[in-house]
Amino acid sequence: MRNAATGFVGAVVEAWAELRIHRTRVLLSLIGVAVAVCALTTVVGLGAVAEQAQREFSERGGGRPATLSISSFAPDTGMPAPYTESRDAYAKALDRYGVTYTSAVLYTGLRAQFPDGVRDIGVTAVEADYGTMHRVPVQQGRWFQDADSARLAPALVVNEAFLVALGGVELSANPTVPLLGLNGATAVVTGVLPNNYPEEGPTAYMLLDAFERVAGPDAVAQGQPSLEAWVPPEIADELAERLRTDIASDLGDGVEVAVNRNDFAAFGEDPFLPIKLLVGGVAALVLLLGALGLVNISLVTVRQRIREIGVRRSFGATAGRVFFAVLMESVVATMAAGVVGVLAAVAIVKSPFVTDAIGRGVVDLPPFPLDAAILGLAASLFVGALAGLLPAIVAVRVKVIDAIRY
Amino acid sequence: MSLVRLEGVTRTIPLPDAPPLTILTGVDLDVNAGDHISIVGRSGSGKSTLLNILGLLDAPTTGRILLGDTDVSTLSAAARDRARGRDIGFIFQQFNLLSGRSALENVMTPLLYASGRQFWRRSAIAAEMLDRVGLGHRLTAMPEKLSGGEQQRVAIARALVRSPRIILADEPTGALDVETGETVMGLLDEVARTAGSALVTITHDPHVAALAERHYRLDHGVLLPAGSGAEVTA
Repeated sequence: MRNAATGFVGAVVEAWAELRIHRTRVLLSLIGVAVAVCALTTVVGLGAVAEQAQREFSERGGGRPATLSISSFAPDTGMPAPYTESRDAYAKALDRYGVTYTSAVLYTGLRAQFPDGVRDIGVTAVEADYGTMHRVPVQQGRWFQDADSARLAPALVVNEAFLVALGGVELSANPTVPLLGLNGATAVVTGVLPNNYPEEGPTAYMLLDAFERVAGPDAVAQGQPSLEAWVPPEIADELAERLRTDIASDLGDGVEVAVNRNDFAAFGEDPFLPIKLLVGGVAALVLLLGALGLVNISLVTVRQRIREIGVRRSFGATAGRVFFAVLMESVVATMAAGVVGVLAAVAIVKSPFVTDAIGRGVVDLPPFPLDAAILGLAASLFVGALAGLLPAIVAVRVKVIDAIRY
Repeated sequence: MSLVRLEGVTRTIPLPDAPPLTILTGVDLDVNAGDHISIVGRSGSGKSTLLNILGLLDAPTTGRILLGDTDVSTLSAAARDRARGRDIGFIFQQFNLLSGRSALENVMTPLLYASGRQFWRRSAIAAEMLDRVGLGHRLTAMPEKLSGGEQQRVAIARALVRSPRIILADEPTGALDVETGETVMGLLDEVARTAGSALVTITHDPHVAALAERHYRLDHGVLLPAGSGAEVTA
């Protein structure tokens, strides 16, 4: 065991001495590996940011995994079940299972008075939890709080286009907008979201209670808001079935209850698999090119060192030891290059320029993914072993007598 | 007891479209502790092949090599390598110092394949060995900055640093002028004696051969006793 330990340390010492002596050659050969590892790690790191951006975009639409959407209707007519009864039945069932994040969602519209005239605006009437459930990216101001339900002037969270339509006022000026409806009211903008796409028109979120006061109870009842619940993904399917049966039995015969998952995770095993495969393929190709350069240089170098290998063998280096030392030279060198490559990748991925370009609109910008760093180091280890293997085999096949006279 | 013994060693090399080339024929040789043996012979007489077989770098076609009591043919390749590192030190005609490494690093090289104290204290042991050959002040000098005599002294220090029981020197003065060669041989003889190592010198220089106590001559692959030192130089 002690001999094995000294053998290992000895091989590493030999490898390090070899690298030190041939540092210029090593440095040149490793630039390719460092660049390849940097590219691989950067691509994987950027992939994680892009994936997070894609995830957040998906979650804004369908909610975080797992978001259940509950609705009820008469199966023979397809008409929604009475709103008040449904709402109470939903609340009772969700309370029974201790589901804390819930929100009614009603996609509707209102007419609003802008400086240049009355406009129809898209309104999503929700409850306060919706912001968390859909990871709504508030850019300025704030999202709704429960206390906003009691406001006489309804609170609005609007997109940038809405503010522009109001004359480009600043949020700090507490902009207001008259809402036209059954019980018209002047709403106050409390938060601003980025536009979802460049040409998007004015849209707004408001609390369902406030919408009901402005548009009247019938507008809500006719719109038939669905109810969303955010539940742990691992129990989502079982809970959905239980909610369906509980609510259906509460609402009685003649009403069918649908409980469906809307979030992106409900569709397929891994919706980001294509992105990951593409990114991984490009990175592997980059690394392969780096490895080929290293193999080439390592082979040439070993041939130049045949006499040295012969001398070492004459002083007791076993074939295994020579093999391991030559392999270690490559591994130690590529690991050093790998560390440099990973550090460079971290600097690139976390640079403000890249973050702004790739992670624009991302609320929870992920830290540099640890698995990308590990992958970079593992790749450099693999490339080092692969690039060292061929020269190590050549070194072992050298006949000692011939090598000394080489 | 013999440190190494050759019994009926023959070495032939198969040639394409020709009968095998016989290099050594029925060589018997005992090397005992503290021996100083010289082997002389013309170029192509098989001197280097004999040294390679003694140094476990080559295997005989027939016959056997005993290292102590052990028949070397029963050892694995790795065990043979380890035995070579532990028991045998080589000195080459062309010094064969590793370029890009200082004198100290060259002498440390064999200790990289040792274990225990020899491995962990390799730097101090190598420095001490260089001091013994008079190069304590040249530890950091690179081989190309050393004279021929100094390079061969580094090679001697490297060969002796693991305290081998046998030192095999292949034309140790072949690349040196006469005066330097005599100095180097004197040093080698003295250091080997002090260490109690057997010294086997292969040379075509009768003056170098005369420094030995036992003399052999290789003639067409046959090892023959060559009489006294005076007879060798005559």
